[in-house]
Amino acid sequence: MKIVTPLERKEIRKLKAGDEILLSGVIYTARDAAHKRMVKKLPFDLRNQVIYYTGPTPAPPGKIIGSCGPTTGYRMDPYTPTLLRWGLKGMVGKGDRSKEVIEAIKRYQSLYLIALGGCGALYSQFVKRVKLIAYPDLGCEAILKLEVKNFPLIVGIDSYGRDIYK
Amino acid sequence: MRRISAEKIIAAVSELCIDSNCQLNEDLIVLLKKSQQREKGRAKRVIASILENIKIAERERIPICQDTGMVKIFLEVGYNLKINFGKFSSFSDIIQEGVRRGYKDGYLRKSIVNSLSRINTKDNTPAVIHEKIVAGNHLKIKVLIKGFGAENMAKVRMLPPDSKEKEIKMFVIDSIKEASSNPCPPVIVGIGIGGTAEKAASLAEEALLEPVNEVIAKPKAVAISRSHSEALAEESLIEKFEKELLREINKLNIGPAGLGGKTTALSVRIKTFPTHIAGLPVAVNISCWANRHKEITL
Repeated sequence: MKIVTPLERKEIRKLKAGDEILLSGVIYTARDAAHKRMVKKLPFDLRNQVIYYTGPTPAPPGKIIGSCGPTTGYRMDPYTPTLLRWGLKGMVGKGDRSKEVIEAIKRYQSLYLIALGGCGALYSQFVKRVKLIAYPDLGCEAILKLEVKNFPLIVGIDSYGRDIYK
Repeated sequence: MRRISAEKIIAAVSELCIDSNCQLNEDLIVLLKKSQQREKGRAKRVIASILENIKIAERERIPICQDTGMVKIFLEVGYNLKINFGKFSSFSDIIQEGVRRGYKDGYLRKSIVNSLSRINTKDNTPAVIHEKIVAGNHLKIKVLIKGFGAENMAKVRMLPPDSKEKEIKMFVIDSIKEASSNPCPPVIVGIGIGGTAEKAASLAEEALLEPVNEVIAKPKAVAISRSHSEALAEESLIEKFEKELLREINKLNIGPAGLGGKTTALSVRIKTFPTHIAGLPVAVNISCWANRHKEITL
């Protein structure tokens, strides 16, 4: 199933945990350190957007990005309900999430999407454009705006609160 | 007395860091392919993606995973080797310089921060270094790359001295269950039994450096002036226990990427060491499927 960002409510509601999708459009990278800052002040408009929990390796010469697979989602749990309340609609990571996060995903009708841990070389192939947009001082944890095409993902937690790991 | 220059060591460490990050050892790839045949449905597709990822990383010489980890280095230094330090004031500085160079030249991620300030050291140093002085005039360098999705799942427990394999098994299985999808299964499990708390932890780590194919030739019980028969007895217990644990772990149905399946672990390796009459330290260290390590003897 092909899905584009920004995410639309109608599309979100159609998806169920376990569905395999191909995501295209803009997504934003953010992991631990960026989340800590974002909940104080947002550096970009979150509404209907997707955050990818990743900290890529530096781009080697001739490439726009290095390896860029997902990092573990649960570490972002303390910040996720706030970001969902502010309009975030999708997160890409790996591993299960807390009860509070599942509740918030259900309440704000959003999605937790899963990428395969350790497959950073593979995922770099789906990134078409990269732009640094915030926190350059965080190095690999800076926020990047990525344009992806047909990025393969699995719906981990759907907008009804169904969880693939359960 | 054989001489070796600091530069030669630096170049070797740098190369090992890059190689470990971009290319998996063949024994592990063989195991992954075997597990692909065993699985079906989603689990099979996950393993197929993992194998494709390994191919792309090798072909384009980019890291297998963006978490290029904290570097652990295990050194065997022959006491007949003379190291020319040059401008460096310690052996450890030479090794760290190798890591620094590898992470810069290999476009690897710099993930190391000061523990309290969380300020990045910007060159992925320091690596954790273990040194052993041995007979000979060689230098053996083993590099292990540890991502923290897996390292965060490591555990040490001081079991009571009357604990049997049943209690050890419970601790291991609980650790794997709790880790679930987080350490990027299918995992490689390293277990350290005995010694002290920190000895058990480092045995578990060293166990991850063992070959993962099913037949292993060399003895893993740490023989220090113990009789041969004692070492053999320990060895056969270890082998039996490794097989049993692997079977039990793979019944958990955590599966590749934690999405269910027969392959939760690819390999279980145990290292033991004698311990005190009053206790039994046990450590579990988990590696993601990308158990990245390389070695060289100079």
